[in-house]
Amino acid sequence: MTTLVFIESADGKIKKTSLEAVVYAHAMGGTVVAIALGTIEKQELDAVGKYGATKVLHAADAKLDHPVIQVYASVLLQAMLQESADNLILANSSLGTPVAAKVAVKTGASFASNVVELPTTTSGFVVKRSIYTGKAFSFVEMKSAKKVIAIKKNAAELKETGVAVPSVPFTPALNDSDFNTRILSTEKASTEISLPEANIVVSGGRGLKGPEHWGMLEELAKTLHAATGCSKPVSDMGWRPHHEHVGQTGVKVAPQLYIAIGISGAIQHLAGVNSSKCIVVINKDADAPFFKAADYGIVGDAFEVVPKLTAAIKASK
Amino acid sequence: MKILVCISHVPDTTSKINFIENNTKFDTTGVQFIIGPYDDYALARAIELKESSGATVTVLNVGLADSEPTIRKALAIGADDAIRVNAEPTDSYFVASQIAEHAKGFDLILMGRESIDFNGGVVHAMVGEMLGLPAISPVMKLEIDGTKVKMAREIEGGKEYVEADLPLVAGCQEPIAEWKIPNMRGIMSARTKPLKVVEPKAVEKSIVAQKFELPPPKGAVKMISADNVAELVTRLKNEAKVL
Repeated sequence: MTTLVFIESADGKIKKTSLEAVVYAHAMGGTVVAIALGTIEKQELDAVGKYGATKVLHAADAKLDHPVIQVYASVLLQAMLQESADNLILANSSLGTPVAAKVAVKTGASFASNVVELPTTTSGFVVKRSIYTGKAFSFVEMKSAKKVIAIKKNAAELKETGVAVPSVPFTPALNDSDFNTRILSTEKASTEISLPEANIVVSGGRGLKGPEHWGMLEELAKTLHAATGCSKPVSDMGWRPHHEHVGQTGVKVAPQLYIAIGISGAIQHLAGVNSSKCIVVINKDADAPFFKAADYGIVGDAFEVVPKLTAAIKASK
Repeated sequence: MKILVCISHVPDTTSKINFIENNTKFDTTGVQFIIGPYDDYALARAIELKESSGATVTVLNVGLADSEPTIRKALAIGADDAIRVNAEPTDSYFVASQIAEHAKGFDLILMGRESIDFNGGVVHAMVGEMLGLPAISPVMKLEIDGTKVKMAREIEGGKEYVEADLPLVAGCQEPIAEWKIPNMRGIMSARTKPLKVVEPKAVEKSIVAQKFELPPPKGAVKMISADNVAELVTRLKNEAKVL
């Protein structure tokens, strides 16, 4: 059995969840071939072997620097055919998930996204998926011989099992008709830490009273190397950009630590954070429903508690 | 222009999720069903396009008879007619296959970025693949200029501005349009708008849900005094081991 893993990158750096996908594929057994597209730093590619890939393909054509979903799906299909791969594993993302879906249709594979754990094989090939926006799980049997799986962050624990392998150039045929979506421009937030990938997230809600008060939250986030998020009302009112909205209809996060400041904890917000390992809630209202979903809580005025917390973290370093 | 809006019939976002029959079936007791919130944005944008350019809007739902009130609501909001594919929407591939069967001839095929029950988030990509059309998601802004469509797509930490030609498939999310609330006239006229029920195309199911599970219950929250913030840092380090 051969499994292809799509290595997603941004600005030349590999996404951590893509390395988790390599570990996932390695745990399934058989041969693991990874493929990276576009310009990527060499030492980044070297890491892929350490996590269990026995072969690393690199399609370095600069035309692939801007990820067009249709084109990426076609390149992955060509790689699967060349390597006689049975499976494709990749990280759930705005790029990876639709690419996976297209490859699944092209190959007739069983498809599952939002997979949260390694598969079990005692009674068929069964994966655990997150459903109802993190409020439940389903165990799904993938019946086809070919399988395409998009994993959520933390589905496999990163551990080095192998050695770096040099990458092999891969030159797929690029069909002009696949460039049917033209990327005109990309607008990226200046923050270095991406919210869905972050290990720590600091989020603010209406309790912060206005966008001008985000400075103390950003200071805390900077101290913790955390990404910043917000509740839906905050993004609806334009205090913060929409891509920071955490919740049922926004970004779903799964960090080690989620710190919610001045967020009451509507069920729709909880749906976006319930995969977090540890939740800290800071709210002046002791009856805020968020405390019921928290591991640690502080009842207090955010304007006093947050600067103190930042100072305490700095002091403990 | 002909617009197809695919809607899901899903539990309200505030629903408590439970399972019955030995965790093999969703418990619908006391659950309110709604148009999927993302599908509702797609529908709202379609109605705006109908109002501004005279497009026709057809809604499609893959679901059993219990989804008809949800379909009628979409008609009340302003869709012209509806198709219900009479089948349980068990997985993305199955649903996409049914949509692809009825989507030919439409210029614009809109739906939500994902259904909020199974969250697959891929039906639009699969429909695009099956029909050989561009599929873009999640779309936050969609403007039509002749045969070209300009869109803003949300990506991790930012936005991507893309352009593609009609016909195409788009998975939508806020703030593409404001949700619309049906008015009394809409509700009255929805009763007589055509709702065609068709039987599903046979599709071999390649994935089967065996059982469901709820997350383990959360332990009690540990409260820390606002005067002792340093204790929180100590606990996050030594107890939770997340710092």
